[in-house]
Amino acid sequence: MTSLLTDLVAQLASGAIRVVDLANTLSSDFPVIVLPSEFGQCEPFRMETVSRYDADGPAWYWNRITMNEHTGTHFDAPAHWITGRDVPHGTVDAVAPRDFVYPAVVIDISAEAAADADFVVTRAFLEDWEARHGAIPPRHWILLRSDWSKRVGTLAYLNLQDDGAHSPGPDADAMRFLVHARDCVGLGVETVGTDAGQASHFAEPLPAHSILHGNGRFGLQCLTNLDQLPTFGSVIVAAPLKIKGGSGSPLRVIALMPEA
Amino acid sequence: MTTPRNPLPPPAPRDPLARPQLHPVAPGARSRAMQAMAARAAQGRFVLQACTVCGTATYPPRDACPRCWGTLAWHDQPTGGRVLANTVIRVSTDPYFRDRLPWHMGSIQLDAGPVVLAHLARGLEPGARVTMRLMLDRGGNAALFALPSDAAHPPQPEQGATIMSADPQGRTFVVPVAGATVLVSDARQPVGRALVGALAAAGARLVVAGLPGPAPMRDAHDPVLGLPGVQPLPLDVTDPVSVAETISRIGGPLDIVINTARHVRAGGVSHDGNLLGHHRALEVSAMGLARLAQATAPILAGRPSGAFLDVLSVKALAGDAGHAGFAAAEAARLSLLQSFRHEMRSTGVRVLEVFTGPTDDADHQALPPPKVAPARLAAAVLDALAQGREQTCVGEVAREAMRRWLDDPALFARETQP
Repeated sequence: MTSLLTDLVAQLASGAIRVVDLANTLSSDFPVIVLPSEFGQCEPFRMETVSRYDADGPAWYWNRITMNEHTGTHFDAPAHWITGRDVPHGTVDAVAPRDFVYPAVVIDISAEAAADADFVVTRAFLEDWEARHGAIPPRHWILLRSDWSKRVGTLAYLNLQDDGAHSPGPDADAMRFLVHARDCVGLGVETVGTDAGQASHFAEPLPAHSILHGNGRFGLQCLTNLDQLPTFGSVIVAAPLKIKGGSGSPLRVIALMPEA
Repeated sequence: MTTPRNPLPPPAPRDPLARPQLHPVAPGARSRAMQAMAARAAQGRFVLQACTVCGTATYPPRDACPRCWGTLAWHDQPTGGRVLANTVIRVSTDPYFRDRLPWHMGSIQLDAGPVVLAHLARGLEPGARVTMRLMLDRGGNAALFALPSDAAHPPQPEQGATIMSADPQGRTFVVPVAGATVLVSDARQPVGRALVGALAAAGARLVVAGLPGPAPMRDAHDPVLGLPGVQPLPLDVTDPVSVAETISRIGGPLDIVINTARHVRAGGVSHDGNLLGHHRALEVSAMGLARLAQATAPILAGRPSGAFLDVLSVKALAGDAGHAGFAAAEAARLSLLQSFRHEMRSTGVRVLEVFTGPTDDADHQALPPPKVAPARLAAAVLDALAQGREQTCVGEVAREAMRRWLDDPALFARETQP
């Protein structure tokens, strides 16, 4: 075993294995999900300086930060959704450390999402994708590469129209296929939610949240750099903060991938 | 664009190599009685003390009736008068007046009785009928100002404001909008939007329209934000980074800050109370004001007519079980604003407050009329600046609440429940 880890470290050092940062920068202007105004809202990231080598701390710099558990690049635990409320170990502090590391499959929907902001990933789309790329292996993160992260810093990231947000996501059949037929670990997306912007209007509303978490699977949102990952062969490290009873957590997500 | 209210051109840009000009303020208050007069001047009233025994009206403010030693009380008085004599002061040892010479003064026979020494508008000669205004000078002191008047047609407040801002001496008592750079902290809500349009129409050089998130796609083609002289910028007063960045992106010095940000939500303290909602209200109303004041005070202090105007709810005056968090946040905001005003006295920056009742917008849909239309509130803000009035109440609800609060604060707090 030691030799395996030694090999890993050596390959990281040599650059044979590359580490890709999948997290966006946590800043006060990074958009957060916007719910209908009758609901409680997601607090954006805020930072106030406690001291910066000044009278409040002559030799040290530190800040007070506040945010929602679901601000910035973040992890959704099963307890985030009502369907996952009884899932064992469903809060971030109880998620097993073993679950922090899994391989990933990257499904490229960037062309479809560019053509249609409301692009819906269906079971038929996934089966067609498998016919072209091969079957999705079990116990993998499913990463939807929409290139939405390239819209960060523009109004088009949240894409808030007068009838709500417009961004791509899966429908319920696609989620059942990924969870039950392909036993995915979770769904990772570049948008602010695992569900499509208009998913609250789907026949089965918010299917990604509902089906993932109801079956003890996880969500990763606001990812970036998915365009750098291979379709198969990368490994995701995603360890949320150990917040007691927490429903999710901002986190640094990294991918390990062989350098081509 | 309508004609700018202020016919005087804005001051020429200063030589950037020259040392910045200091802005000394008028000499400080002289007595407690004078402070009491200033407190009433702040409300836009024209008052003099009158004896409770013999009825004689008196000026300057004092502690007893000069005729019979009776107790004095403040009363609203007729504003008419006649110029007895005038003079022009061309030399002064006071740094404030030295910068503003020549200064026109005169003695006025008030219709209310006393002969007073007052600031004169240009062109007033002995014998002329005048209408008196009780103004606050840049040091926060009450000062009598005489405006020309046709006895049969006393000027409306609007006309008075035009005369004040057109007069070099009158201008020092008001906050000119024409030619000024103005920041509106929340231009997304209807009140802020109306204000942006009104300021642009009043001839502001630049109106910076602060836009808190989330930003919808329609921002890109919003007609108000696209007006000439309007610069939309993202601004969230709950975010110190956003406040600092926005101010750094304003082209040219900032003259006036108008804080319209607020977070109105219903809910009590124990019953139906949403603590996150209360927290948000405090973050916006109270901490937001503090962030905005900290970031802009040094800039305003360097300007010849710097002003900070806060639009706040009359709920600041007493608790309200229906809007407990909002009322608490607005009360905290009022307290911070009063502290900020004291801080700014020595800089000459005017700190003004405009109280409103419920406004006619989505925040107050559940409430019956009367409500204040955003355009009316915007007009009241412009009037407060034009008159240099420290405290303004807009609409029946705010005026009535202020009247009752001034009359009996303890009774007001008991009666003010939804």
